[in-house]
Amino acid sequence: MGLPVQHLWLIPALPLLAAVTGAFTPRRGRALAAGAAIAALAGALLLAGGALATALAAPAVHATANFAWFDLGVGQVRLGWLLDPLTAVMLVMVAAIGLLIFIFSLGYMRDDPNAARFFCFLSLFAAGMLGLVAANSLLQLFGCWETVGLASYLLIGFWFQRPAAAAAAKKAFLVTRLGDLALLLGLLWLHDASGTLLCYDGGAGCLEPAALAGLTGRTLAGGLLLSTAISLLVFGGAIGKSGQFPLHVWLPDAMEGPTPVSALIHAATMVAAGVFLLARVHPLLAADQAAAGAPLHALTVVAGVGALTAVLGAVLAVAQHDIKRVLAYSTISQLGYMTLAVGVGAWTAAIFHLLTHACFKALLFLGAGSVIHAAHHEQDIRRLGGLAARMRWTAATFAVGAMALAGVPFLFAGFWSKEAVLHAAAGWPVSGLPLVLGLAGVALTAFYMTRLMAEVFGGRARSPEAGHAHESPAVMTAPLVLLAAGAVLLGFIGTPAWPGLQSALTGAKLAPRPLLEGGSLMAASVLLVAAGIGAGWWAYFRRPRRDAAQRDPLAAAAPALWRALANRLSMDEAYAATVGRLTFWLAALADGFDRWVWGGAVRSVAALAEFAGGLGRQTDEDGLNAGFDGVSERLRESGRAYSRRQTGEAHGYLRALAVAFVVLVVLLIWGGGR
Amino acid sequence: MNPLTLCLLFSGALFAVGLAGALCRGNAILVLLGIELMLNAANLNFIAFWRYGPSGAGAAGPVFVLFALAVAAAEAAVGLALVIAVYRHQRNVRVAEAVRLKG
Repeated sequence: MGLPVQHLWLIPALPLLAAVTGAFTPRRGRALAAGAAIAALAGALLLAGGALATALAAPAVHATANFAWFDLGVGQVRLGWLLDPLTAVMLVMVAAIGLLIFIFSLGYMRDDPNAARFFCFLSLFAAGMLGLVAANSLLQLFGCWETVGLASYLLIGFWFQRPAAAAAAKKAFLVTRLGDLALLLGLLWLHDASGTLLCYDGGAGCLEPAALAGLTGRTLAGGLLLSTAISLLVFGGAIGKSGQFPLHVWLPDAMEGPTPVSALIHAATMVAAGVFLLARVHPLLAADQAAAGAPLHALTVVAGVGALTAVLGAVLAVAQHDIKRVLAYSTISQLGYMTLAVGVGAWTAAIFHLLTHACFKALLFLGAGSVIHAAHHEQDIRRLGGLAARMRWTAATFAVGAMALAGVPFLFAGFWSKEAVLHAAAGWPVSGLPLVLGLAGVALTAFYMTRLMAEVFGGRARSPEAGHAHESPAVMTAPLVLLAAGAVLLGFIGTPAWPGLQSALTGAKLAPRPLLEGGSLMAASVLLVAAGIGAGWWAYFRRPRRDAAQRDPLAAAAPALWRALANRLSMDEAYAATVGRLTFWLAALADGFDRWVWGGAVRSVAALAEFAGGLGRQTDEDGLNAGFDGVSERLRESGRAYSRRQTGEAHGYLRALAVAFVVLVVLLIWGGGR
Repeated sequence: MNPLTLCLLFSGALFAVGLAGALCRGNAILVLLGIELMLNAANLNFIAFWRYGPSGAGAAGPVFVLFALAVAAAEAAVGLALVIAVYRHQRNVRVAEAVRLKG
């Protein structure tokens, strides 16, 4: 049972309807709002399954349903829906993960008085994301992109009574808006150059060869190709949304929202949007590859930023004490891997990693939510501990997620997708650096996840909250179990021996390759994972932390480095010192300009007049006073004259109106009716 | 004389009567009546051009008239409310006396 592309709009429309329902539900109507949200997303999941069936039946086809939004002079602004395997797998992923998170939220937000508002925002979030992946027009995509941004703002700041949450929401909104500005500029430029923002339009879309040839045929200053410039601007949007260096600073702060929101932002929706955008516009990004003389290829920049982010996020995750912040930095790192994969030309590997990461990162965040819920909102891993015995389901599923993230070989999804990314990086002809950085990130990932497991679940409870923790209700553990199953099974849709996902995404039947393809690279990464886990075990599991105040083993070994990492390399302070101060100086400059230049001009005129007045009584009275008196008298007279016109008599006004009308008609007739 | 010209002459006359009423009558309600007459003269033009004009296709004329009627109804409602408000203040509805907001 397939869903034709003409009906694709139903998928984002259902959660949108739920959001509207939620918005009109009073505060006590939480059951209605939650029911509407879950039912709508379940319906969307069913429809997305139908869309997947349609797309897989003809994977090479970009099925579109375009329509005119409005006429603008001679041109038209057109929007549309696009159904291809990329859209379809994203739709299924977003709806499935979102549905599990919604169900989990039933338990997590049970005691919150504003749960109706919460589900309304969640539905809006899901609707924005589903619309984003189904959009055929980049303009439409941008609209949904901003909807997602708005919903994330509302959700991160859901507990807006807390100053930290309000500040984090503002920060996330402003930082991502910086990237969005670049994206908007890129889209405007693209529209200017190619005349359309439809991705696929029967040969006339902006991602199809005809338009791309036009874009690569023009060079700008310095030999930069037009397509490279536009690609870099579009990539700016992805940098903001997907938390890439240097705009990653908003992601860790986004932890201030309720934990299901963190799961939704980090797994299925917000940050996935950037990587999805890169995969969607991949033809544009790769258009300049053929031009040998180009000074800079867009994909080179993408790969560099991705590799840097991958290792930076992993390094920072090592030294965090907040369970959600560790996961947040690991998200940044994993998004770096995806961006790296796009950069080295393997966007299918990026989507593969996106799907598996969505599954196990949602699992990890919901697991963290379960821990936090049980431990009465204690998030500091130094004060948790010993939860393995008290929360068996949570601990077991969290361990599955952690192993998938760490890339434990063969059984877990994260291994296969990470290997796909590394394999692509190894085959990149431009530079070997991304591969080296990626491998370093692999070891670090294994290390910090082992640390997190040891601190949260190992040892003894180090606070009364952790000591009284008990397993969360079934409505919260059931999604965990389902996601854990996904974190294992999802890897087998894209292994080298059965490249089903890659075949579907590229629309070409790929031949199966040996399962252990690139054996030496795989062996190296398995060794690195083992080394990371071993080091983590040696440092944290061997001698578990005894009390909350005890120093971290790494902090004891290298205090200066640890302080720098725990301080997040002072990135926020650096922004405050550079961007913040620059803004301050600009404002001060404008203020000084106003005060001294314009104010000085005014004051010097006044001084001149004073000086003239001081010359003698005669100039003062005849020149200055008479002049000013004359001007004010004339102003007063004209004011009086105008106020006489305003009689207050309706008939007078009507008469003036009629006379003016007659004059107008006569003028029009004389002008020949034109 | 063709029917279009007749209609236009009639609507012109109607408009002139309405305009004269709106400009000369002292009673606010009668001023409103004059304005309604002018509106209906315009409506008559719409219909006449639609019926006898060169391009008789579509239903643009009647649709415009419907819109104008709706607007006129709204305008009459607001106008009568104003008249009542004025009456409460000055115990009559003479337009010439309603000059208290003069600036």
